Amino acid sequence: MTWTWFHRLASPPYLYRTAGRLTPWFAWPAALLIVAGLIGGLWLAPPDFQQGDAYRIIYVHAPSAWLSLMMYGVMGIAGGIGLIWRMKAAHAVAASAAPIGASFALVTLVTGSLWGKPMWGTYWAWDPRLTSELFLFLLYLGYMGLRAAFEDLQRADRASAVLAVVGLVDVPIVHYSVVWWNSLHQGALVFTGRRAMPPSMLIPLMVMFLGFTLYSVAVLCMRLRAEVLNRERTARWVREEVAA
Amino acid sequence: MPEVGAWSAPLPAAAPERAGAPSALGVARLMLERDLRLAFRKASQLIQPLAFFVIVTTLFPLAVTPSLAELRRIAPGVVWAAALLSSLLALEFLFRDDAQDGTLEQFALSGRALTGLLVAKTAAHWLLTGLPLALMAPVAGAALGVPEAAMPGILASVALGTVTLSLIGAVGAALTMGLRRSGALLSLLTLPLVIPVLIFGARATQLAIKGESYSAPLMLLAALAVLATTLAPLAATAAVRINLE
Repeated sequence: MTWTWFHRLASPPYLYRTAGRLTPWFAWPAALLIVAGLIGGLWLAPPDFQQGDAYRIIYVHAPSAWLSLMMYGVMGIAGGIGLIWRMKAAHAVAASAAPIGASFALVTLVTGSLWGKPMWGTYWAWDPRLTSELFLFLLYLGYMGLRAAFEDLQRADRASAVLAVVGLVDVPIVHYSVVWWNSLHQGALVFTGRRAMPPSMLIPLMVMFLGFTLYSVAVLCMRLRAEVLNRERTARWVREEVAA
Repeated sequence: MPEVGAWSAPLPAAAPERAGAPSALGVARLMLERDLRLAFRKASQLIQPLAFFVIVTTLFPLAVTPSLAELRRIAPGVVWAAALLSSLLALEFLFRDDAQDGTLEQFALSGRALTGLLVAKTAAHWLLTGLPLALMAPVAGAALGVPEAAMPGILASVALGTVTLSLIGAVGAALTMGLRRSGALLSLLTLPLVIPVLIFGARATQLAIKGESYSAPLMLLAALAVLATTLAPLAATAAVRINLE
């Protein structure tokens, strides 16, 4: 297997153009899927026999939760690659992924508490999943805070990468230690056989999962372009690119 | 000469082995002695985390209720949150002075494995903060109405938990050692990572107060300490090197 495609990504102009070329390929399917998923989830899917229409927030909540985790994975792995192989492009990916993941974590917390009010009668409960999502959000804030605290970009890159990698090891431990409480939270609905979701509810959810994932890859590409431009702002190719 | 990666411990220019040069363990012992001696010469810095711990635990009876029965119920949380905060308070100084006067740089250039030196420094930090906190925790517990029978449990859980706190805290301290006014950032970095210590530590304390067996959370604390001992020094070394570059 040849790794040339990977090594070429280390070149900022190539990375910039590739990210630009890829963006529409993710953005358009994402838009279509999200619209389809919203129609399917908000109109076509039947109301839940227990929760009525309130359950529909899951179509935003669950994909956001998944992406808040996935973006942490992207950040941690990219940080690790940047640390081990000293690849600046990987650091740029990590830097671009953090705000996306943090936003999704925030969306998860907000939608979750909006759902919690009618269902549990409270905006916030000290439930394991809520709590570990909150810590994930705080970890993102710490990561971005550390990155912002350094004036030297290289140092910021590498120090925050160490934090991301440490977090990558620690996040599962935090999660499972927090799970050791009594849980108020809905168990995993999707794949449990007995109370499985009917297809009319499940299909829009899967569509939303895919749509959100593609959306965040598109946003990652866009942020990455901005990040590369900002990092390379003194380089000649950027001047040529801007002039063109 | 190849560039030294952040994760590789040995330095390119190995110091020539002189006759009578101390072994790796000997170097670590010297480091430990040095840090302890320095700390005892600045006794006020040594007392501060302990005094802070006492102050925080006193706030709760004043703010919540003086009733010992009530306080006994919240004692695990109070002791552990206070221990966590005091341990954080001391972290800021773990590498600060040595980084500022260039000592740390000399350590990094000494040709000795930096990881070993950092482990020794972290051990000194635990001896100076974790151990005193563990000894103080039963006293604070007694003031919160904790029965005497629970004291060994509290002592053991705080002693074990602070090992992990010192190790993970060392990573945070190493990451932020070059920054001015890093206190709040250091807490923001470290606290989410040490939540498991808080959970299992408070759980062990709670079980000890109830008079039940607390060995399960204690073993989990020990597991966390072992894991942190294995991995955290590597991350701390990488972080120190990044900040010295």
